[in-house]
Parts: sequence; C-alpha cells; structure tokens
Amino acid sequence: MPDYVMRDPTAETAAVQRERRPPPTDLTGKTVALLSISKERSDEFMDALEPHIRAAGVETFRIKKPTHTKPAPEAVLQDIVERADLVVEALAD
Amino acid sequence: MRFVAVVKEDCPTCRLAVAPLAEMRAAGLDLEVVTQDEPAFPRGLAPRHDGDLAESHSLAIEIVPTVVAFDENGAEASRVFGWNKAEWRALSGLTALGADLPDNMPGCGALNVAPGMAERLALAAGEVELAARPIPVAADADPVEVAYDRGWTDGLPITPPTDLRVARMLAGTTRSPDEVIGLVPPNLIPCTVEKAAINAVMAGCRPEYLPVVIGALETALQPEFAMHGLLCTLAFSGPMIIVNGPVAKRIGMNSGGNALGQGNRANATIGRAFQLIIRNVGGGRPQEIDRAILGQPGKYSFCFAEDESDPDWTPLAEARGAPAGASAVTMFHADGVTGFVDQKSRTPEALCQSLAMQLWSVNHPRLARWGNAVLVLSPNHHDIFKAAGWRRPEIEAGLLQALKRPVADILEGAGHPLGVSKAQAEAYADADGMIDKFHPGGLLVVRAGGPGGLMSAVIGGWTGGRNPAEVRPVTRPLTEG
Repeated sequence: MPDYVMRDPTAETAAVQRERRPPPTDLTGKTVALLSISKERSDEFMDALEPHIRAAGVETFRIKKPTHTKPAPEAVLQDIVERADLVVEALAD
Repeated sequence: MRFVAVVKEDCPTCRLAVAPLAEMRAAGLDLEVVTQDEPAFPRGLAPRHDGDLAESHSLAIEIVPTVVAFDENGAEASRVFGWNKAEWRALSGLTALGADLPDNMPGCGALNVAPGMAERLALAAGEVELAARPIPVAADADPVEVAYDRGWTDGLPITPPTDLRVARMLAGTTRSPDEVIGLVPPNLIPCTVEKAAINAVMAGCRPEYLPVVIGALETALQPEFAMHGLLCTLAFSGPMIIVNGPVAKRIGMNSGGNALGQGNRANATIGRAFQLIIRNVGGGRPQEIDRAILGQPGKYSFCFAEDESDPDWTPLAEARGAPAGASAVTMFHADGVTGFVDQKSRTPEALCQSLAMQLWSVNHPRLARWGNAVLVLSPNHHDIFKAAGWRRPEIEAGLLQALKRPVADILEGAGHPLGVSKAQAEAYADADGMIDKFHPGGLLVVRAGGPGGLMSAVIGGWTGGRNPAEVRPVTRPLTEG
C-alpha cells in the first residue's frame, strides 16, 4: 500500500480507478481537437487523419503541447475543454 | 517474577527512579527498562528504546515511571507508577529500596497517552479497523486534488480522510463504527457511523462535533422531513440545522453575533459534513438529482445554535417537545436569509405587524400555506417583547394574529394571476374570510444574534411545505453529546 491512503467517503458503488467517460455514439455537430504532444512526425499523422474527419462533416482544430517532456499546461487543457468535444492525441513517431 | 519499567528522561520522577531501578538490577532481579524518549536513558541499565511506543501502548502505560511485575506465566501480577517508596518495596521485595529518597513523588504523563497518540497507536496495533475501502494517493499527487477529481467535495477543499483522522473522529462518539445511522437518499445507501466520520473529517469537523452530525442525519432521515424531496427540489431550499441545549456551548457553536454567517468552525463544518454525507453516501449531487434552479449559498452549510442565555425564553427544541435542558437538533428546509430591519417599532403589536409584512414575502406575498418559515429573533427585537411581558406563547400568538390576511385580496386572478387558489381559500379561510400565511406549526421562532441592532432574519422554507402531512420540520433530542 502506498504511503498516503484516504478512506472512501462514498457508497463505494464506483470503481477505485476512475472510469473513462463513454465515447460518443454520434459525431454529428461535434468538434475534435487534434492534439500534438510535439513529438516528431505527429503533424504528419494529423495531416493524414484530419481530412478523413472533416470529410465526415466533423469540425477539427489543431492544438499543440509546448513540449512532450511535460504535462500539458493549463491553458492548453482549458482551450480543449472550451472548444472541443473530443480529442485525438498524436503521441509519438 | 519479571519486571518491566517504563521511563522517559524528560521526567524528574523517572530520573529519581534511576537509582532504585539500579538497585533492583544489582539485587539480581529480572528487570527490563524501556525508555520512551532518549534511547540511552537511563545509562548503565541497558534500556530498550520504545521509539514507536507500541510496547508502552500494549502495556497500557499512562504514567511514567511505571514498573509492571509479571508472574511465571507471563501474566501481570501488579504494577506501581510514579515513585512511592512503600509500593516499590512491596513490588520488588527489597525492603531497603530507595532508602535515601523521599517517600513519594508523582510521576509524569506517558508519551503514548499524549494528545492524539491513542488513536495512532490503536491503529498501528490493529485495534481499530476501518471498513471503508482505501483509496491510494500516488506519491506525487495532492490528496486534496485527488478528492476533487473523485467528486468528493462541494467545491471547497476538504481535509483528506486519512486513517488517523478518521480514527480520531470516531473517538468523538460512543457508537460503533459499523452501526448504521439510516438510509441516505437519493440512493438509499446505508450510512454507517464510520462513513459519517469520514465525511465529517473532510468537512473539517472536530471529533466532538460528530454526535451532532449523526443526530442531524438521524433527524433528517425521519420520513416527515422528506430529505429526498428536499434534495431533488427545483426550489432554493437546503437542509438547515438548529442546535439546542448544552452541546452547543460545549462544542463552541455560535448563537451570537453573525450566528448565520461565517467564522465559527462548529457552525460551518457540521452543516457541511451533513451535506457531504448526502452528496457522497447518498449520491445527491447538483445538476444530477439535485434539480435546484438556483440553489443558495446555505447549501454549502447552514447550521447555527439558539441563544438560550435568557431564562425567560423557551428554546425552540423545548417548545417543539424535546425535554427541557436536553441537547437537540431541529432540521428545517431552508431558503436563504432575508434581513428584517425595523428600528421604529417599540410595542410588541407594532413589531408583530412589521414582522408579518416581511413574513408574508416567504415564497411569494400572494401565496398562503405554501411553505414554512423560521424567524430568527435577535436579542434587541426580543427585548421589545420582553419589556411588555411577552414570552414565546404570546409572541407566537401575536404573530399568528398579525399574519392573517383577507383571502379575497390574494385570490388567484384577483388583480394578478398568481394567488391563493379557490380550493385553498375554501379549505383554509375562516368565517371572516381571513387566511393564515402558514400552516399550524409552520412558523418556527428562534432566538439568536448579537446585540446592537434592531434587526432579525426571516428564513423562508421549501414550497414542499405546502403539504404539511408530508413535509415538516423535525426536532429530535440527541442521544449523545
């Protein structure tokens, strides 16, 4: 057990690990953020992917982490939350 | 016979006892010396360092020095604590022990019973076992942020519910941690004392507040309080806790200046703990099952005590049937606070009329028997009644009289689409065509607040109160505290 443990204040009906949100069943009217983590060739991947998404009538926009060596800064996260419904993250080459 | 002596260097009596302990050792007695603080103390007696105090805890040491004698079966035969020449001689069988020392010297408090240590040691010894599942926090994570991420908070930071904090909180009640307090809506989840304690830790409660938190929960779970409905309502209301009796003073609640405001730990955290239990145990969350259109800031926490310092004043709980002098809680479905400012009325009649004008605004001035209300009467306004010899019964009767209104003035469609319905008018208007603002018992008068101003407060109630058979404020004595 790790050094720091809290006791669950809830009814314990949810998993200890937080669950992911379920994926949307429909992309109509949604906006997809294409997030590059600034590793090599992620732009190339996005360039290939973006036309397919747009062809399906879904809006996209590009966004980048300043560096792949650190977590995304708050401004990047807020930008995504504000503008996008889904994110595609291009990780590595 | 085997002897175990527990000492600490930071104790004059233990330092005095070094000589007789050395005498016991020199006499060939089987003596082990256990030190609580300085590992090498007492020098020359080869002490064993009880750094984690586990041995002291298991020996139930309260005072140092203590010498425990064990028989050949390992069972405790007797013990002495502090220095008492006669007792030590009897224990050791050495008739000349400590010949140069005074007859008696009281000992010092042992480290294992220092404030807060008992629960730490009980946890370490496995004497307290918590049933709630552990949530590990990664080494680089902030527990407060983890609590936010998990949706445990009301929007304000919480105190992380660690085992030690929960164990200390549980020491605030005599109830068993696994005792079920009741089924908490909306999901009707059994809430144990331990779960209540965890949420009380998060809210920032001290252990001595826990009986009030539990009492408030038990009260709110009475069917006539309709906690589920209060939680789900579109209206503004949230649970409000009014505390009466000696417990309020004992735990330092505020019934004076700013009693309805911020700044008092007990007021702030008891109400918050209650709401965290509803959120976390029951699953009642805003914009989910809590359908409030706007809500109100009292839904973070709404709890205060009545000022019972005036012997002429019958406290609310007593007036509502609790035994005189008992600690009790009253749960009310509260909208926000509306200030009542009247610095001109000088007679009880004028003040009643003036209060009635304000009280008619509860829910809406053209609605009657639609919700309950609490009038928080400040000491200075109360003085006007007092000077005229009015006590609670006269004040309540005066308000009831002043709160009658011709139903024709506020009938639906009579000058405005909103108003008392025809059916209500038929059911409630008296022979003179007058209607009461509130259902019988629907106006609770409580005395609180600071001196220096002729101001009181009206706390409107939930529109669910229009069904008095289903929704009522509830008062219950506390079973402990």
